[in-house]
Amino acid sequence: MPKDHGIGASPKRREDVRFLTGTGNYTDDINVYGQAYVYFLRSDMAHGNIKNIDTSAAEAMSGVVKIFTGADFEGVGGIPCGWEITDKNGDAMQEPAHPVLAIGKVRHVGDPIAAVVADSLEEARNAAEAIDVDIEELPAVVDMKAALEDGATKVHDDLTSNLCYDWQFGTETADVDAAFAGAAHVTTLELTNNRLVANPMEPRVAVGDYNRAGDHSTLHTTSQNPHVIRLLMGAFVLGIPEHKLTVVAPDVGGGFGTKIFHYAEEAFVTFAAKACNRAVKWTSSRSEAFMSDAHGRDHVSKIELALDADNNFVGLRTDTYANMGAYLSTFASSVPTWLHGTLMAGNYKTPAVQVNVKAVFTTTVPVDAYRGAGRPEATYQLERLIDKAARELSVDPMALRRQNFITSFPYATPVAVEYDTGDYNATMDKMEELMDFPGFAARRAASEAKGMLRGRGVNCFIEACGIAPSNLVGQLGARAGLYDAATVRVNATGSISVMVGAHSHGQGHETVFPQVVAEMLGIDEGMIDIVHGDTSKIPFGMGTYGSRSLAVCGSAMVRATEKIINKAKKIAAHLLEASEGDIELKDGQFSVAGTDKSVAWGDVTLAAYVPHNYPLEDIEPGLEETAFYDPANFTYPAGAYACEVEVDPETGKVTIEKFVSADDFGNVVNPMIVEGQVHGGIAQGIGQALLENCAYDENGQLLSASYMDYAMPRADDLPHMANYVVDHSCQTPCTHNPLGVKGCGEAGAIGSPPTVVNAVLDALNSGNHDVEHIDMPVSPSRVWEAMNG
Amino acid sequence: MYSFDVERPTSVADAATALGKEDAQALGGGQTLIPTLKQRLASPSVLVSLSGIDEIKGVSSDGGKITIGGGTNHATVAAEAGAYAALADLANNIGDPAVRNRGTIGGSLANNDPSACYPAAALASGATITTNNRDIAADDYFQGMFTTALEEGEIVTSVSFPVPEAASYQKFEQPASRFSLVGVFVAKYADSVRVAVTGASEEGVFRWSEAEAALSGNFSADALEGLSVSGDGMISDLHGSGDYRAHLVKVMTKRAVAAAS
Ligand SMILES: Cc1cc2nc3c(=O)[nH]c(=O)nc-3n(C[C@H](O)[C@H](O)[C@H](O)COP(=O)(O)OP(=O)(O)OC[C@H]3O[C@@H](n4cnc5c(N)ncnc54)[C@H](O)[C@@H]3O)c2cc1C
Repeated sequence: MPKDHGIGASPKRREDVRFLTGTGNYTDDINVYGQAYVYFLRSDMAHGNIKNIDTSAAEAMSGVVKIFTGADFEGVGGIPCGWEITDKNGDAMQEPAHPVLAIGKVRHVGDPIAAVVADSLEEARNAAEAIDVDIEELPAVVDMKAALEDGATKVHDDLTSNLCYDWQFGTETADVDAAFAGAAHVTTLELTNNRLVANPMEPRVAVGDYNRAGDHSTLHTTSQNPHVIRLLMGAFVLGIPEHKLTVVAPDVGGGFGTKIFHYAEEAFVTFAAKACNRAVKWTSSRSEAFMSDAHGRDHVSKIELALDADNNFVGLRTDTYANMGAYLSTFASSVPTWLHGTLMAGNYKTPAVQVNVKAVFTTTVPVDAYRGAGRPEATYQLERLIDKAARELSVDPMALRRQNFITSFPYATPVAVEYDTGDYNATMDKMEELMDFPGFAARRAASEAKGMLRGRGVNCFIEACGIAPSNLVGQLGARAGLYDAATVRVNATGSISVMVGAHSHGQGHETVFPQVVAEMLGIDEGMIDIVHGDTSKIPFGMGTYGSRSLAVCGSAMVRATEKIINKAKKIAAHLLEASEGDIELKDGQFSVAGTDKSVAWGDVTLAAYVPHNYPLEDIEPGLEETAFYDPANFTYPAGAYACEVEVDPETGKVTIEKFVSADDFGNVVNPMIVEGQVHGGIAQGIGQALLENCAYDENGQLLSASYMDYAMPRADDLPHMANYVVDHSCQTPCTHNPLGVKGCGEAGAIGSPPTVVNAVLDALNSGNHDVEHIDMPVSPSRVWEAMNG
Repeated sequence: MYSFDVERPTSVADAATALGKEDAQALGGGQTLIPTLKQRLASPSVLVSLSGIDEIKGVSSDGGKITIGGGTNHATVAAEAGAYAALADLANNIGDPAVRNRGTIGGSLANNDPSACYPAAALASGATITTNNRDIAADDYFQGMFTTALEEGEIVTSVSFPVPEAASYQKFEQPASRFSLVGVFVAKYADSVRVAVTGASEEGVFRWSEAEAALSGNFSADALEGLSVSGDGMISDLHGSGDYRAHLVKVMTKRAVAAAS
């Protein structure tokens, strides 16, 4: 019988009550008495020299408090990058300055030139229109390969070129070359991983406030990681020490990565609140979000697979161009390198793997982590390539994968990571069972009878989650540790507040974290709440991304709860006049082993705060414990996905008829929430595969700058729920964290794009069709062009 | 938005007077105009809301004709224009429920977006667009994308459609906006067949005369077999080339004929 509480149960998400009844407290709901509003005047040109900015007419307009330009930020730090990459020659990456407001040049459409603070948003906007900006237009830098040619226009004049770094990783060149030289077959593929706009439902918002009496700044912001923002903005941009700066990220309506980063607007409102002695609020419009939220993906890759005569993978080599956009966003440099290169071995025992990445500056919006961050890019290349190899060799794509699976663990890949556990055949078996492959031929025939093409696609993937062991990422260039922290505060009546460093912006932490503590203590989940998103209330935390919340912060919470149990047992032993070693905790009762003597959880917690009968000579009163947890390794969720599509050859339209995912997330705390995460992730991946396309023209103008042209997935783009099957029954628990969990937030978005495209290509190779290649998004027009081009 | 005044007349006559003011503009359902104002791409001094004028709302049919008030929203057309099922169907596939409950046929025809649906229905049906001043035949009304025969301040008060023997609108949606990437409305009358295409051409909605001729003799998808449409002058953008759109014109026309027969 399924459990009805604690670990393994699926209580409904308690946070949904407020989200669904409109009583959430989002950043835009926060209004500070007397606040002013800021409107950013943004560049409509991709690239240009700022000759002059004349604000005099604007300053005289009604309601204007103050107008800022780049000059006001001289002496203030720039927006920092959190990860330094060392290139293949041992040199540090080129790291351009990233001013809060443009200085000297504009470098992408949307780059902020000036900021008007006024009594109302309309007045700020009116004044912004009256600012006279003289910009000398420069050629846009859009195409990554052209950007690296000699004599190319430079995005940053003080850098030697548009190359951020040229990175190489994995097996030595001579050994990879030898593997290819001895190969019986080599499959080569060139592909693009399309640029995406994250589009969380809630656009970004920032409210800066300043308290003169205490010289204290407060930033309310739509962030996935308020402590990281406090660290970056306080230490690197504005020079405010932690005790004078509070960062609050209240309810946040989705992040998907794009709310990890520290943005100029956050620094601006914090700075301006002090300069104007008045709270300053910024609410992004959707149009602004398209040109100021960090974008995702945008890789162009060439990848080669060497196979021996028995179809064993013997070598893999990749060459990727990764778009950084105009500036380095917080984690931009790490995405195409350590979050991508380390996953390039996939689920396979390929002995020689080498990854090459050139990161390139262009006059486009900065690109950074987006759900999956680097791992989808790795999976997409590898799994498209394996399918292509299978077609070239006329072998079954599933058999080819199985033959090359890693089957013994732990397994150290040629790209520096050690997989702790996994069972890739188990997830493949599960996927095949759910997909009913024996019935495929009949379904294909039925489709063909209607004039449609039918295809099936499979994909296996592995991800590195639970980011990340601090000593390892430090060696790799991270400028921060990636542990997490939790404080368990037990109150006198036994109720509990858990202060966690992870931030919930849709994931359901408020439901899941109490399930874990309730299980450990044997008390009702309703007695436990978590507190998150406020640096003044939480000891520390690195936030939520990289499927890390439960694996890292949850582990800290487990450690802190263990400390609570230890202390509570001491108190119970005193109350029961027994020895501590004989105390057992079960169902919220402390009892003396082998006797019927017991005290309840509430008696012990009350004693801790009303210590009349208490071992004060041995232990302090109170019951509150903090733990920091630094993971020993990444976690390695893996899965096997499949889908069936129908393609209308007349219009090129692709319909997903069925999608199946079989994931191994290790232990699962709340199955309903895990399924929701995977459903959502797959929907997002289907969006990338079929619909989403952030496109620039050759002048650096954003062509898909609104929902009129940027296609988001909608419910009717997905299969009906009965054919949208999410399974997580294959479980090989993580070996190095106390919960045995691996993380489930990104899997869907990582596993689904190649599944869909492989299925489309299978359809386009059925009958007398032979389409070799197609790039995402596989839109109707692209399918038609591929079939008729 | 820039600031503006709002007037809410309750008769066409008062609306026409109000629209005589400098920089006055009619406001229908606001589904096109309000986003334009929000982006500060238009700056009327007075918005004359037509939503309080009952005389330009509603659907009526008589003698083989269906007449729809210019201020009638899409949801009402979808629900009440059953006498012309293809038209009701078209209305029911415009945008989402919010758009259908606000947007009006008059606003859509006045705007004449090259990807809008109603222009195809009006042109294929040989509809008559009635304004506060005159009647305009559909063939004279559409004059290129976002351009119509309407004079400044002229109000679309009603549109009347001769109900065909058979008709169908086939819309291939642009994946993002879900306006028509190509939409084809085919209407078969006793003496002729009319085929109007939206979404495809740089000139806005147009009649595909070769298809009309072929179908007039033989109203079946097979009749279109030998025909083709050129990609020249077709819209080419992120969502498809001119050639793709030209190809879709034929595919959608065949489907419309098949659905209508
Ligand atoms: C999300 C979304 C999806 C949409 N999808 C589709 C779609 O799939 N197919 C489609 O065809 N349309 C679509 N539309 C457009 C929609 O049909 C609008 O209703 C229509 O374009 C304008 O009608 P309106 O009444 O809202 O006019 P408004 O926006 O109020 O006005 C538009 C223009 O018409 C003028 N005007 C308004 N009423 C009259 C009148 N009676 N006489 C003279 N001039 C007038 C106004 O002055 C203005 O210039 C969509 C719109 C949105 C927002």
